[in-house]
Amino acid sequence: MNMPLLILLTALKITVILVVFLTAIAYTVLMERKVLGFIQLRYGPNRVGPWGLLQPLADLVKLLFKEDFTPPMVNKVLFIMAPMITAITAFLPFAVIPFASQILPDTITVYGQTLDLKAAGLNQGVIADVNVGILYVFAMSSLAVYGAVLGGWASNSKYSLLGGLRLSAQMVSYELALGLSIIGVLMLAGSLSLVKIVEAQKNLWFIFLQPLGFIIFMIAAFAECARTPFDLIECENELVAGYQTEYSSMKWALFMLGEYCHIIVASALATTLFLGGWQGPVLPPIVWFVLKTFVLVFVFIWVRGTYPRFRFDQLMYLGWKVLLPLALLNILVTGVVILFLG
Amino acid sequence: MEYLFYSLAAVALISGALVVFQTHPLRSALWLIVNFFAVAGLYLLAHAEFIAAIQIIVYAGAIMVLFLFVIMLLNLRQPEEELARPRLGLKIAGITVAVLSAVLIGMGLAKVVLKPVTELPVGLGNTESVARLLFTDYLLPFEVTSVLLLVAIVGSVVLAKAKLR
Amino acid sequence: MLLSYLPILIYMVIAAGLVGLIVLLSELLGKKKHFPSKDMPYECGMDPIGDARSRYHVRFYVIAMFFIVFDVEAIFLYPWGVVFKQLGWFGFVEMAIFIFVLVVGLVYVWGKGALEWE
Repeated sequence: MNMPLLILLTALKITVILVVFLTAIAYTVLMERKVLGFIQLRYGPNRVGPWGLLQPLADLVKLLFKEDFTPPMVNKVLFIMAPMITAITAFLPFAVIPFASQILPDTITVYGQTLDLKAAGLNQGVIADVNVGILYVFAMSSLAVYGAVLGGWASNSKYSLLGGLRLSAQMVSYELALGLSIIGVLMLAGSLSLVKIVEAQKNLWFIFLQPLGFIIFMIAAFAECARTPFDLIECENELVAGYQTEYSSMKWALFMLGEYCHIIVASALATTLFLGGWQGPVLPPIVWFVLKTFVLVFVFIWVRGTYPRFRFDQLMYLGWKVLLPLALLNILVTGVVILFLG
Repeated sequence: MEYLFYSLAAVALISGALVVFQTHPLRSALWLIVNFFAVAGLYLLAHAEFIAAIQIIVYAGAIMVLFLFVIMLLNLRQPEEELARPRLGLKIAGITVAVLSAVLIGMGLAKVVLKPVTELPVGLGNTESVARLLFTDYLLPFEVTSVLLLVAIVGSVVLAKAKLR
Repeated sequence: MLLSYLPILIYMVIAAGLVGLIVLLSELLGKKKHFPSKDMPYECGMDPIGDARSRYHVRFYVIAMFFIVFDVEAIFLYPWGVVFKQLGWFGFVEMAIFIFVLVVGLVYVWGKGALEWE
């Protein structure tokens, strides 16, 4: 297959995946509003379409036509860049997460020409199967902090700066626990490639071998996504809306898009690392992947409907004095057990 | 392939120059991040994917965050105005240093003989081979690194101690 | 191997293009109206006093510094985790020493109270 055709087909595949992904994000917002409604004995959105199913569409149109206000005191370039960075860095990790084993046949025939999809990896149920997949995920999510820092600084507003600083301190603290919680998985799988990690869970999901790792991962993921109980930037009575205070219209919506994108990516990553990824009996792989991922997304929403918010000092205490030592302990215990069992 | 290398190298050089020529430290820091990405791309072209990933995680994801914190913490505004109008003596000194170093680098480059790069061994620079070397042949430097990191921890506490208490 | 990174590059371009388009669209659509009280930074209706970019506590800097140190430690653990089964007890002991030294550092900052947020 020649290069331009390969690029075209890859771009086509990515566009299809991205459209599905964006739809999933939009409906996660609706799912959250619905589930929170039922938790609080309300109906949730139910006016736009049956069961409020067209609500995301209405929200999109509304947000697009809202006044996109750029206050005069801001640093204009950085002010526009910050939400873009948040949204892009939230999208990028999904590129290496395998959502199925194979989505297309090895070869297809178009107008009498046979295209070899297998050679270029186009038939795989992942956008890019790279050897350092998990490092790529962490590299991209470690850049998410710039959205908060720059958004807070560029806004030139006190609440924004404080919110941006707090969130970045929170994100870097929990990034450590997040990174260390998955070392046990790497020791078991012996690879950084997410595709190989899924294959290594053929017989037994890693959640059964790494229960502590899974719990640390999920708690750290909640903090990385700045979700309840760690949603300190949404602490309205202290910080108004944190680094998002001065934003409006679609720039604000990009921050929201980033947040829900983070939730889905974190759930998909937990599914891949601990719950066997797309593997499962009877049902097709992609259904298993979506099912497992959305069970975890539901947990995110459920927690929001259940728990109160942490104080900032409690947040730092949990991250540095509980999760970090526990993650290190988990690595050493995993090592001893693996070596004794041979 | 070569085009990719030269375009990434150009991005790295231009962004590197822009880091130096900005008057606002925050803008310098942002161009430095662009520079890190270009260099990570160059590592990738050299089949060193592990190093490329680390370049982003450690430099762009951790060290630059610290830099931004410091720049924002100090809120440098005064020097910006002073730097914008350098004095005549500084200008002359700057031009002299630039010309001299250009001559020196040019003399050095003139002696370089360009050779075609031989084919790299398969798998060099990937995670497994880096790990195998690091945890066997280079065991001592690896362990010494932990002491170095310990010193960094102690140092940062000592520097900030007066404020923390 | 390099070919496996091509989709990521294309993905980056498409994602950046999409986000850029969203920002551009919202910049073009919708009205724009400025008036003095709207142009002020939001402070719950009060007139802002002083510069928004004030200096803040050194703790944030210290946290970022600790983060770098432990992030570098984590970076060493990734390749170690990958070849762990091949290295066996030898590899385990060397990493145990490495982690021990850094736990000493963690205990030190803990004892010094650098992780306390009042």
